[in-house]
Amino acid sequence: MRRPPPMGLPRQDVPPRSISETPYYIQLKTLEEILERDKRREEDGFPRKIRLGRLIRPGTVGKDKIILVPTTVEEKFYHTEIPTSGQGGDQDGGGDSARGEATGGTGSEKEGDILGEESVHGEGQEGQGAGSGSVEGHDITSNAYDLGKILTEKFKLPNLKDKGKKRSFTRYVYDLTDKNRGFGQFLDKKATLRRIIQTNLALGRIPDVARIDPSKFLVDPRDKVYRILSREKDYESQAMVFFIRDYSASMSGPPTEIVTSQHLMIYSWLAYQYENRVVSRFVLHDDTAREVPDFWSYYNLSIAGGTFIAEAYALVNRIIKTESLAKDYNIYVFHGTDGDDRNNEGEEALEQLDIMLAKVNRLGITLVNSRGGTAMEGYLERSKILATRRKLIRLSVLREDAAETAIIEGIKDMVSEK
Amino acid sequence: MKLIDQGVKRIMEECKLRARDAGLSFDDESLEYIVTNQDMLELAPRSMIPTLYDYWVNDIRIIMEKEKYKLYPTNPYETVINTRPPISFYNDNNPDWLNVMIFYHVLAHIDFFHNNVFFKNTWTDDFLGRARADKRLIARLRSEHGRWVDYVIEFARGIDNICGYYRELSTATEGRTSAWSRRMDFYFDVFLQKIKKAPHHEYLQNMKRYNELSRETPSIGESLFFSEVKTSYPEFDSLYERSVLKAEKWPSDLIEYLLQNSPFLNKEENKWMKSVLTIVRETALYFEPQRRDQIFNEGWASYWHERLYLKDDRISGHEVDFALVHAKVTSLPKIGINPYAIGMRLIDYVGGLAEKGRISYDYQRTRNIEKRKLFDQRTGKGTEFLFKLREEHCDFTLVNTYLDQEFVNRHGLFTVEKVLKPDKRAWQYIVKSRKAEDYKQMIIDSLWHPPHIVVDEGRSDEAWLYLVHRDEGKPLVASFIANTLLGAEFLWGGGVRLETTDMHFEKRGEGTEPYLVKKRLMYSMKDKKLERREL
Repeated sequence: MRRPPPMGLPRQDVPPRSISETPYYIQLKTLEEILERDKRREEDGFPRKIRLGRLIRPGTVGKDKIILVPTTVEEKFYHTEIPTSGQGGDQDGGGDSARGEATGGTGSEKEGDILGEESVHGEGQEGQGAGSGSVEGHDITSNAYDLGKILTEKFKLPNLKDKGKKRSFTRYVYDLTDKNRGFGQFLDKKATLRRIIQTNLALGRIPDVARIDPSKFLVDPRDKVYRILSREKDYESQAMVFFIRDYSASMSGPPTEIVTSQHLMIYSWLAYQYENRVVSRFVLHDDTAREVPDFWSYYNLSIAGGTFIAEAYALVNRIIKTESLAKDYNIYVFHGTDGDDRNNEGEEALEQLDIMLAKVNRLGITLVNSRGGTAMEGYLERSKILATRRKLIRLSVLREDAAETAIIEGIKDMVSEK
Repeated sequence: MKLIDQGVKRIMEECKLRARDAGLSFDDESLEYIVTNQDMLELAPRSMIPTLYDYWVNDIRIIMEKEKYKLYPTNPYETVINTRPPISFYNDNNPDWLNVMIFYHVLAHIDFFHNNVFFKNTWTDDFLGRARADKRLIARLRSEHGRWVDYVIEFARGIDNICGYYRELSTATEGRTSAWSRRMDFYFDVFLQKIKKAPHHEYLQNMKRYNELSRETPSIGESLFFSEVKTSYPEFDSLYERSVLKAEKWPSDLIEYLLQNSPFLNKEENKWMKSVLTIVRETALYFEPQRRDQIFNEGWASYWHERLYLKDDRISGHEVDFALVHAKVTSLPKIGINPYAIGMRLIDYVGGLAEKGRISYDYQRTRNIEKRKLFDQRTGKGTEFLFKLREEHCDFTLVNTYLDQEFVNRHGLFTVEKVLKPDKRAWQYIVKSRKAEDYKQMIIDSLWHPPHIVVDEGRSDEAWLYLVHRDEGKPLVASFIANTLLGAEFLWGGGVRLETTDMHFEKRGEGTEPYLVKKRLMYSMKDKKLERREL
């Protein structure tokens, strides 16, 4: 929101300066205090105001940072632009085009000249293919755990009752962790010396502990302590989460914002529930589907062509099958879309859903649409799949102006056991 | 945060002498502090006022700014605030040559604050001191009423952008801008037309008589005229006084209306809330002129720092350094708007027009393009005109009056449209228009303009407060309406209705051009529940 502009000279291109002591006049509240205050608002009969904002630093994959910060909006009566029907663009990816905000410029070009193009795919992750599917290298991992804690504790998201028990998978690794006297692979010098001294003390060969002469030590071969290879239990990640996001042209703006926010929260909540033992896979789709390597790409890539939902489900099913994921993991799939689908009858999507539901623990579909009556809602309704397989599939419908509380309620709907 | 040392202060004082010689005017006293980036981050959410009252939203912003700083470190050179004496903050790593440039920039801002008529209501006010007193009062109220003080601040801030800035300003500048007295306004506009419903010929007779008297005896023409009026209409004086009294009591804006009329706020146990509302309103009013003067104020400061710096002999050897910093601040971007750049160039352009005598009827009448190019009366009054300009204009009037095709052509300006091309999966930036009127409209659309929302007293009572939003071609942000009305409901102590206009584009069919659909809507907030219906 607009604060009075400070009158001054801006500067952007210099390195950060040192950090000073907090000045006397600032009495900052801690995040805990602020969240506590926010909780009190509900008790006082007012809606909560704290939202969780994200700051993203663009960069190469593996060096990006996603930082979670508390944020809030001061609501006032403000003017806004009249929504234009072109916004969101043509759903089939055809010739129509959406328009962004007008601005100024300078140069010698003529009216109608193209000044330049900017990829809607942010930094251009095209062609990098599927990676490990984790978010390693992103600061989000550590932050997500904290966010999950906040979501669980402050926003009363459910705790999974059987976390870490259901179909838990363990594997073994081998490491030089066992100790063995007499022989082995790696001499543990400290432990060996300790044993030699013990032996020599027992034999009375150390009369004065203040003046030890190591050359007089008697060394028993059994005093030598070695480390040997041993089988160690390694707890593998227990949850595999597929995040599927519709990034077709019609998703431009608030729907994308809502879906990415909600998916970030779900990811964080699962990270907390499974104590970080969560592996995430990210799938984007318009009329084709592709896997992207990390949350950063998933979050940033935007607006492309038309929509064909079955493609995305088919890709997830393929991944589950080829990597035999179902036997090792609790699989969760979360899909965010505006409900538009090239195939209004949804035969292909329903067919893929059927295959998917045999493998997953829960499929949560978030439909962000204020108009209602979308293709996807139609065929899910007709198939009665939401009622008959309620344990496995949930649909949460959100408006395009949904507040954070509604987004969190949506998560509760999608993950609850009821 | 500490005061600058004596050496740097000496540089500043020398800058003051040179700036005064050039025609800038400001008080002798000023305070300069050295600050770190961290200080700046903590001050920015408080509008750079260190003594502003504590409020949790500012705390959140500080936390956010600090995290943002880790990702996008910034290092502003300086900031100046409109206080008495004016206070400016300087980054702790500025070299002396840079400080000379910055001091000139700051002095031009101070000159603008002190002389631009839109800042008139801040001229006699020590805002820093007032803010300190307000902060103490709010801290005391917080110790008595706890978090409810923050709710009242929040709800008052929800409507503080529709404060009656222009009404307050017109009261302050009355007599200065109008040669026409209020009594005359009342007589001709209200008394004759609305109360007496005088026929046209009588109205013209009155006008003629007034003109005669003021021509014959200019100094007492008006009083002679009203002594004649008194004989014809003995009741005029009492009616006029009653109208003045009513106008003075009439609240300038929604917060003032609530202060005077809210049944909830006027209950004995809630009267403390009125102090909070007053603080929020007055703080908002104080910052209003700054919001409306960014292009002009920054342009003015950049124009003067360039002029004065280049003449300053103390900085020889740093011309290239200066050129680099100055270009970064004031260059026109290929795509985007830089208020510093547009403001500085527009001021320079207007100064040039005045210098050549082109702000005149003669020039406007000249149609021949070659003659226009050669038109130069060498008035030598360019700078004098700029000082008058800086006294009387805000961003809107400056841009609306002086941004013309010649200016747009000179700097190669155009409006840019950002179009999504789904087939290419890319945004395209396209030169849309090189017409001055389009460029001007684009700038005007980006200026600060809060919605015009007033209380309809005829339809308000204790149970319902009725607000009306005038249609100015833009809808309100729909998602903000609920919480803002929730706050207004709390402060009124009853239901609140808001009449507004919803607008969107619809298509009649595939391939047709979208057309604008407007609907008058009413939002009602009662018992924290929002209803919306078409009127």
